[in-house]
Amino acid sequence: MERVGVFICHCGSNIGAVVDCARVAEAVRNYPGVAYSTDYKYMCSEPGQEMIQNAIKEHNLNRVVVASCSPRMHEKTFRACVEKVGMNPYMFEMANIREHCSWVHAGKNEEATEKAIDLVKMAVSKVCKNEVLQKGHAPVTKRALVVGGGIAGIQCALDIANNGYQVDILERTPSIGGKMSQIDKTFPTIDCSACILTPKMVEASSHPNIKLITFAELEKVEGYVGNFDVTIRSKARSVDMSKCTGCGTCMTKCPGKADDEFNMKLRKRTAIYTPFPQAIPNKPVIDRESCLKFKSRKEGKDVCGICAKMCPAGAIDYEQEDELFVEKYGAIVMATGYEQFDHSVYGEYGYGKYPDVISGLHFERLVNASGPTQGHIVRPSDHKEPKTVVMVKCVGSRDPEHGKSYCSRTCCMYTAKQATMIRDHCPDTKVYVFYMDVRTPGKLYDEFYNRTREEYGVDYIRGRVSKIYQEGEQLIVKGEDTLLGQQVEIAADLVILANAMIPNPDSEKMAQTVGIGYDKDGWFTESHPKLGPVETHTAGVFLAGACQGPKDIPDSVAQAGAAAVKVCALLSKDQLETEPTVSVVDTKLCSGCGLCVPVCPYKAITLETIQERKGGKTVERQVANVNSSLCQGCGACTVTCRSGSANLKHFTNAQILAEVDALCQTMQ
Amino acid sequence: MSNNAVENFEPKILVFACNWCTYAGADLAGTSRLQYPPNVRVLRVPCSCRVNPQFVLRAFQRGIDGVLVAGCHPGDCHYTTGNYYTRRRFLLITRMMDYMGIDSRRFHTRWISGAEGPKFQQVVTEMINEVKAIGPNDKFRDDAKIEVKAVETNE
Repeated sequence: MERVGVFICHCGSNIGAVVDCARVAEAVRNYPGVAYSTDYKYMCSEPGQEMIQNAIKEHNLNRVVVASCSPRMHEKTFRACVEKVGMNPYMFEMANIREHCSWVHAGKNEEATEKAIDLVKMAVSKVCKNEVLQKGHAPVTKRALVVGGGIAGIQCALDIANNGYQVDILERTPSIGGKMSQIDKTFPTIDCSACILTPKMVEASSHPNIKLITFAELEKVEGYVGNFDVTIRSKARSVDMSKCTGCGTCMTKCPGKADDEFNMKLRKRTAIYTPFPQAIPNKPVIDRESCLKFKSRKEGKDVCGICAKMCPAGAIDYEQEDELFVEKYGAIVMATGYEQFDHSVYGEYGYGKYPDVISGLHFERLVNASGPTQGHIVRPSDHKEPKTVVMVKCVGSRDPEHGKSYCSRTCCMYTAKQATMIRDHCPDTKVYVFYMDVRTPGKLYDEFYNRTREEYGVDYIRGRVSKIYQEGEQLIVKGEDTLLGQQVEIAADLVILANAMIPNPDSEKMAQTVGIGYDKDGWFTESHPKLGPVETHTAGVFLAGACQGPKDIPDSVAQAGAAAVKVCALLSKDQLETEPTVSVVDTKLCSGCGLCVPVCPYKAITLETIQERKGGKTVERQVANVNSSLCQGCGACTVTCRSGSANLKHFTNAQILAEVDALCQTMQ
Repeated sequence: MSNNAVENFEPKILVFACNWCTYAGADLAGTSRLQYPPNVRVLRVPCSCRVNPQFVLRAFQRGIDGVLVAGCHPGDCHYTTGNYYTRRRFLLITRMMDYMGIDSRRFHTRWISGAEGPKFQQVVTEMINEVKAIGPNDKFRDDAKIEVKAVETNE
C-alpha cells in the first residue's frame, strides 16, 4: 500500500510569489496514493527536513515527494533526509517547480500553479511505482592521470603524489612545462617564470609517485569513476628514451631546419630537438616533417642519418612507430590549458602580415634572456631597438563579432607587466597602451597597474585602434582617445597585441573523448559555476587550470590544488558506492536476440547460456546479462529490446508511463 | 469544437529531457529567468535514448498535444552514443506519424546543451506556438470521436 507524503516548498518567495503552494498541497491531498500533503517556507532548511522526517514517522509514510527546486540542486539533500529515518532513498522523488515553473512563468500565477499541480501529480505517480534499490560497490584503482603538463598539471600531480598516490602526467609535446615555460617574467612580482617553474618540473620528474608520459596523446577513455581504462598513444620520438643520455650531440650537426614553435617562430630549430634547454625529459625527438631522412624516405630515397652517426649511445631509432597502450586509473584531471587567439582575423591590425605587429607571447620570447634575441627587445623585421611601442588590449577578447565574448582576465596584467619591462630594458622608449577598460582584480594587481603609469610613465589611452598601417619603416597606429574625444595617431616601431586566451583547437574533441561538457567557446564545463568549480558532470573527471576558462598562474595553481584534493578524496576510498540505477534483463522474456549487446556503450551486456526445464527436458538457451558494475544506466538497451525484457531501474517503463499518464489525465 | 474554443486553446506539451544536457539547459533557463509560456511539462530521463517511441505514442494516445524529445548535441552525449540512437529512432516515428495522418509537427527532437538556456526557451516557445496553430490533438487520442461515414453496400 503506497503512502506518499507530499511536501511543497515556497523557497521563500522564489516559488511562493508565483505558485500558490497551499493550493498545490490541497489539490494533491486526495490524489491516489497520497497520505499526507503540506507546504512550508523552506523545505531544505533544518526545520523543513525535520518536518519531513516527523511526517514519515507520524503518518507512516513509505514514499516522499518534495516539490521545490531542481533535483540537480537538492535531490541528494532530501534523499539523505529520508534515509535518516530509515526510508530507502530511492523511494523519494522531486518535482521541479522552481527552475521549471515559478522562475520562468513570473506573473502567470494561475497557470504556474496549475503546472505545479501537474508536476507534483507526475512525481507522485512515479514514486508510487518506485522500488527499493540498494547501492552497489566497485573497487578503486588508486592511481590518477593528469592530462596536460603545464603549471596546473604539474602542481596537481605534485599535490596528488605528495598525498601518497601514484599519478601519471600525460603531455602531448616533448616536454612538460606548458605555456608558463615560454613566459619570461610573472606579474605582479616580476619574478622570473623559469626560476619558479623549473624547480617544480624537476620535482615532478624525480618524484617517486609521478610518472611522465610525454609526447603522447589521449586516444580513448573507457570505464567509469574509480576504474577508467585509458588508451594512450605514445608518438614515435625516433629516439630510444632508455638509451639516450640527453647529451645533445645529435642536435649540433642536424641539417634539417624548422620554425621554432617554442620561440613563436622567431627563429629556426633543428629537426632533432628539445623544445627548450631546461626541457624535461631533456631528451630530443625527431620532427619527421622537417627531418631530411624522413622527407627523403617519402621520395623513395634514404639520405642523411647524421644524428644516428653522431649519437654515442646509439639511441636514434628511425624505425620507431606510434605505440598504443592501455592504463588503468581511478581519476582523471584535465589540465590541458589554452592557446593564444590568432589576430590575423583583424584587418585593422594588418591581418597578421606586418612582422612588427606581434602578440604578447611573441614579446615574452623577445624579452627572454634565452630567447632568440638573448633578451634584447628589438623589432623582428630589422632587429633595431624600438623607440615607440604601442600596445593594444582586448585583441579577440570582449568582441563577440570577430573574437570571443568573454574577458580573458590576464591581458590587463600582462600588458602592464610587459610595458614596465620595456621601460626597464629601454628607458628611452615611449610606451602607449590602448585599452577598453583596465581590470585588475587580484592581490597587488591594481597597485602594480598604478605603478606602471605613475612610476614607469606608461601612457594609457582609453579607446580602440581603428587601423595600423606601414609607412616607411614605421607603423602608423590610428585610434581614438575617448576620454579626450579626439583622434590619435602614433608612429610606432613595434606594436604588441594583447591576444585573448582561447581553448585548445581540439578541446571539443578532447571533451568528447573523456565524456565531459564544454561551453560555446570550447572551455570545459565545471559541474557548478560556484560550488563545483573543479568537478565535471562526469564522476571521477576533474578540471585544473585554463582549460576551464581564462586563468592566470595563481588561479591555475589554486585550482590544481583543489582538483588534487578531490582526486585524493576519491582515491582514499577502498570501494566506491555505485548507483543502483542500472539495467536489468528479465530472462523469462529475453529471447536472446543480442540486439542490446552492440548498443551498450560500456560493453556491459553479454549473452550467456542458461539451462531451463521445458517439457520435462533440460534445454539450454541464450539470454542477455547486464554487468551492473559496468552499466552506467543510460537505457539505450531498454528501447532496443524487442521483447521488452530490458528495463532500467528507477526509470522503468512502468514509472515513465505512470508519469505520462498522470500528466495526460489532468487534461481530461 | 467551436472557433472560440480553438482560439483559447492552450496546448499541453510533454518534454522528455535528458538529465545531463537538456534538463540542465531548462534549469539554466530558470536560473536566468528566461520566460516562456507555461504549457510545457518536463519529464527527466537519464538519456534521450531512454525514451521509447512507445512512450511518445502513449502520450499522444492519452491526448497530449505535442511531444519534444531533447538531449545532448550529437557527439556530446554523456553516454557517448545515446543520442545517435535517439536521432535514428525518432526520424522513423516522424515518418510513421506522417503515414498515420497525424501532423508530425506535433513531435520534435532537439539538441539542447546544459549551456543553452536561451535555446530551451526558444525551442519550447516556438513549439507551443506551432502546436497552438495546429489545434488540439483530437485525432489520435483514445477517446477521439471519429466520424465514420456509413458506406452503403449493395450486398
